[in-house]
Amino acid sequence: MGIKILTEHINVPGIETLEVYRKHGGYRSVEKAIKTMTPDEVVEEVKTSGLRGRGGAGFPAGMKWSFLAKPEGIPRYLVCNADESEPGTFKDRVFMEKNPHALVEGMITSSYALGANTSYIYIRGEMMFILRILEKAIAEAYAAGLLGKNILGSGYDLDLHVAPGGGAYICGEETALLESLEGKRGNPRNKPPFPAVKGLFQSPTVVNNVETIASVPWIVNNTGAEYAKIGVGRSTGTKLISASGNINRPGVYEIDLGVPVEEFIYSDEYCGGIWKGKELKAVVPGGSSVPILPKELILKTAAGEDRLMTYESLSDGGFVSGSMLGSGAFIVFDEDQCIVRNTWNYARFYHHESCGQCSPCREGTGWMERVLHRIEHGHGHQQDIDLLVSVAKQIEGNTICPLGDAAAWPVASAIRHFREEFEWHIKHPQEAIAPGAVYREQLAAATV
Amino acid sequence: MAKITFDGIEVEVEDGTTILQAARKIGGDVVPPAMCFYTPLKGSGGKCRVCLVKVTQGSARDPRPMPKLVASCITPVQDGMVVENTTNEDVLNARKGIVEMLLINHPLDCPICDQAGECDLQNLSYEHGVSATRYEEPRRTFDKVDLGPYIQLHMTRCILCYRCVYTADQITDKRVHGVLGRGDAAEIGTYIENVIDNDFSGNVIDVCPVGALTDKTWRFKNRVWFTKPLNAHRDCPTCSGKVTLWSRGDQVLRVTARKDEYAEVEEFICNTCRFDKKEVSDWTIEGPRNIDRGSVISANHYELPVVNVPIVPNLPKSTVKKMPTE
Repeated sequence: MGIKILTEHINVPGIETLEVYRKHGGYRSVEKAIKTMTPDEVVEEVKTSGLRGRGGAGFPAGMKWSFLAKPEGIPRYLVCNADESEPGTFKDRVFMEKNPHALVEGMITSSYALGANTSYIYIRGEMMFILRILEKAIAEAYAAGLLGKNILGSGYDLDLHVAPGGGAYICGEETALLESLEGKRGNPRNKPPFPAVKGLFQSPTVVNNVETIASVPWIVNNTGAEYAKIGVGRSTGTKLISASGNINRPGVYEIDLGVPVEEFIYSDEYCGGIWKGKELKAVVPGGSSVPILPKELILKTAAGEDRLMTYESLSDGGFVSGSMLGSGAFIVFDEDQCIVRNTWNYARFYHHESCGQCSPCREGTGWMERVLHRIEHGHGHQQDIDLLVSVAKQIEGNTICPLGDAAAWPVASAIRHFREEFEWHIKHPQEAIAPGAVYREQLAAATV
Repeated sequence: MAKITFDGIEVEVEDGTTILQAARKIGGDVVPPAMCFYTPLKGSGGKCRVCLVKVTQGSARDPRPMPKLVASCITPVQDGMVVENTTNEDVLNARKGIVEMLLINHPLDCPICDQAGECDLQNLSYEHGVSATRYEEPRRTFDKVDLGPYIQLHMTRCILCYRCVYTADQITDKRVHGVLGRGDAAEIGTYIENVIDNDFSGNVIDVCPVGALTDKTWRFKNRVWFTKPLNAHRDCPTCSGKVTLWSRGDQVLRVTARKDEYAEVEEFICNTCRFDKKEVSDWTIEGPRNIDRGSVISANHYELPVVNVPIVPNLPKSTVKKMPTE
């Protein structure tokens, strides 16, 4: 059982109120930062901590902060990306719902570090009830003098707003989020310029995930060096993992980065093993957009080492035999799950969520979905498998934003690791379309 | 000033120029194609992805290559940059893939399309496309949207380059059309069923790289390559009045703005010039216009002006009329 940075007080009754939150040490970081530290010192602490972006890409947060342009006379903005829509990810939702003040505190401390006087929390449109929870928390913070003009008598002003999106997955991409926040159609922007130079309202902007921002108060309170002691190598700190799928105990877990994957799946402290004692088949370790890994590659790397829950270990072996930690959505498949159906389901999602701005993604996601639909429903041809690989390759890396990659990777990796299953679907359409039918090696041997 | 090497050719350009513009300064075969970028329109580009190039050296200061292919139309040059376009296999393969993507849902109704012969997509697929499709599913269709008496919208042909949206934003007062919907259901339309009514609305036809927006007054009148392009002007109170007339015999069939070899207009023109002035007597004809583009129109290029038109001395010598090679 490691240290709990984000979830320590999450189940305390009444933690969503300012009074209880302060009783448990809330808003200490605001006082410490504003009264005793300069903004640069806070940035330096975050840099030392090695905290990496928790939204999926894993970019060091301190680095991102130090890239922020600081021209005279132009406002800077901090935007919190709470548009959590990756299939399988639900950590931010739980966190904001239970402990809204922790996010508000993180926003104040981080805004102070960046010199932002207006900050936004961009929340997914479906989570309207959390928007109300956050607004209530913000109103309490205003009343207590933690937000607004002259915070704690320091002369630092900050306005914090919550803005809901319309429920589009693409608005979780930082530049699409900024467009949406400006009131425009949520199309990703071309980069460069990056948001750190020209972001919200053409001003320098930092966009961070909820979990990243919520980790900042602890770093300020306990120093970055202390935070860097948790975890393994460059994966420092703790991470919220949304575990779902065929496991005994699905839910949100805060782990020290570096827990072995095998322990995470089978230990009673975390997932508690596969549901009904079945066999593990595959795992998507970081949300639907990262490559799927079969059992033998998720527990051990290709080199035979134990795989750990870290950014480095999960991506060991590149995309040939590795995956990514992503946003920490750990989706487990047991032996009864059909990989073809699952891949089709993901492809359908990305087809639906593509913004339609650039051609490879707009056309390619629909194409992949239709071909997978055909295979799943018993109308596939053998050459469809190579077609899918080729279409995925045509999309990957050629799009404006990472949604194209996110659509291509699951398809390419499913075919890379489960090619026989696709072939079986195509060769035996009658068996494959039967309800609940799943490819098993024994079954395939019997029907060949 | 920045010095870059593009496909082995050195060129010096202003700082802040995009790679595409630098390549256009070189000209000829090395220029990447562009379906969505349009120089007169601010903010355009980056969407169609056919102009992708490989940057093998980022700059003299930081010689690392860029990890992905970049859209040349929006990436600014850096001093000492080395860019590969036609000399790089990956670029050509990626471009081929993107052309295929652009074509899977395109109706390929060129035989009945007014744009045929001066269509960027046609040229592009001629150079980079494949002869057979791998796409078996039905192509997408849309409900018909009527944009008023002048502009015909064929949404099935659209490649969503956003040029018409930028045009309406930047040269007209009020934009009434835009992109509705998302993903491959995104379409150009008006909200709700509106007529595009503006003195400069006709320019969306000129900027359209495909046959999605065509001129209703020219619809099905003739094929582009049968008509003779003439430079002409009139004293117009609204616009510059400098146009290209497309005539057959002594009939003016179509009026467009003057476009350069990259199909970019020199000056936007008004609707009166475009739609209402269809008599030769409305215009002062300057002489034949060289259409210097890789399309069938250049195959129809003529050396002598048509009859009844004063011969202009010192006609510009006809420039390259290269047909795309296989």
